[in-house]
Amino acid sequence: MRVIVVGCGRVGAGLAERLAREGNEVTVLDINTQAFNRLEPDFPGEAIRADGTDEDILRRAGTEGADMFFALTEGDNRNILAAQLAIETFRVPRVVAKVNDPVRAEAYTALGVATICRTRLMIDALGRHAGLEADPGASGVRSPLVQHEHHAPPAEQGVGAGPRGER
Amino acid sequence: MYIIVVGGGRVGYYLTKELLEAGHEIVILEKNERRAHQIADELGSIVLNRDGCEGKHLAEAGANRASIVAAVTGDDEDNLVACQLAKHHFDVPRTIARVNNPKNEELFRHLGVDEVISPTRMALAAIEQDIPVHELLHLVQFKGGDLELLEAQISADSPAAGRRPTDIPLPEGCSLFVLIRGDAAQPIRPETVFQVGDKVLAISRTECELELRRQLIGSNDPVGSAAGGSS
Repeated sequence: MRVIVVGCGRVGAGLAERLAREGNEVTVLDINTQAFNRLEPDFPGEAIRADGTDEDILRRAGTEGADMFFALTEGDNRNILAAQLAIETFRVPRVVAKVNDPVRAEAYTALGVATICRTRLMIDALGRHAGLEADPGASGVRSPLVQHEHHAPPAEQGVGAGPRGER
Repeated sequence: MYIIVVGGGRVGYYLTKELLEAGHEIVILEKNERRAHQIADELGSIVLNRDGCEGKHLAEAGANRASIVAAVTGDDEDNLVACQLAKHHFDVPRTIARVNNPKNEELFRHLGVDEVISPTRMALAAIEQDIPVHELLHLVQFKGGDLELLEAQISADSPAAGRRPTDIPLPEGCSLFVLIRGDAAQPIRPETVFQVGDKVLAISRTECELELRRQLIGSNDPVGSAAGGSS
């Protein structure tokens, strides 16, 4: 499979590394060359120093025709922009954006972007460790609540309503 | 009207100032504390030192009763997120985003931002007017219709040089109306003779532009450059 990873932080580098070792065709982008030091010297994929929120750059990186796209930079909004480019402009079938602000993550899940929220993941994991009940909405990647084609405002999906149970 | 401005940079500051002077009710969201204080010192207590990309801060600013949210930070992604949250979460009727990367214009519109403003594109268009790359300049595109105001410079190669307007077969839907010679503007009369260096202002239907170019400038210019500032 062809995979694009935007953002070569710890998570981006680690994921790119694993996917590439499994035989996927991986391209990882970061605006900072030093970020690529996180990859092993024999990383079997491609690393490009460029801005993964720029349409032309994503096209050159081969986003058109990619099977998966992960937006994993340190900026929630950058990830949201990159992910929506991948969905709308490049029609990548599986797109995930890392959105660490839980409210924003919820809002974009409602708008048709699959999200993963480190904040909620960690609170849930630590909470469970402390004996709290699991928050079912916190685990893993949250699939979009609406199919992305048109941005119909999700009826009554109050994005500010905080964590809810559905997945 | 109640308007929320996201981003207190230069654009946000001057926009807010003008809107205040026009009597609107404004709140400006600026996440940088120093900048927020600076604006508050100058414009009064209309500043919230908050990130306009966060739902709860938009709520605090009263986004649910805002008529307009204008996101004018220097970062396209922040402007997009502020507008999308305003639109889809707070039902703000009109959202305006500044984009710095002109390539984002179409995407933002497609993603539901009502008005997308690209200062980069505007600056390019303005600069093109000062650089004689394209001899046919697009000055104004009339909103809604397909008419535009164009400026053509008559060069030595131009078929129009030394001729009168009545000798020039203009396509239908085109009108030449003002001549700029030196520093003076003069109406174009049937007896006017075009000289090298003249600038001719014309109103043309978009589809007649090519023919107009051929008559006033000549055909040596490739068709592709007809795009001028408005492509």
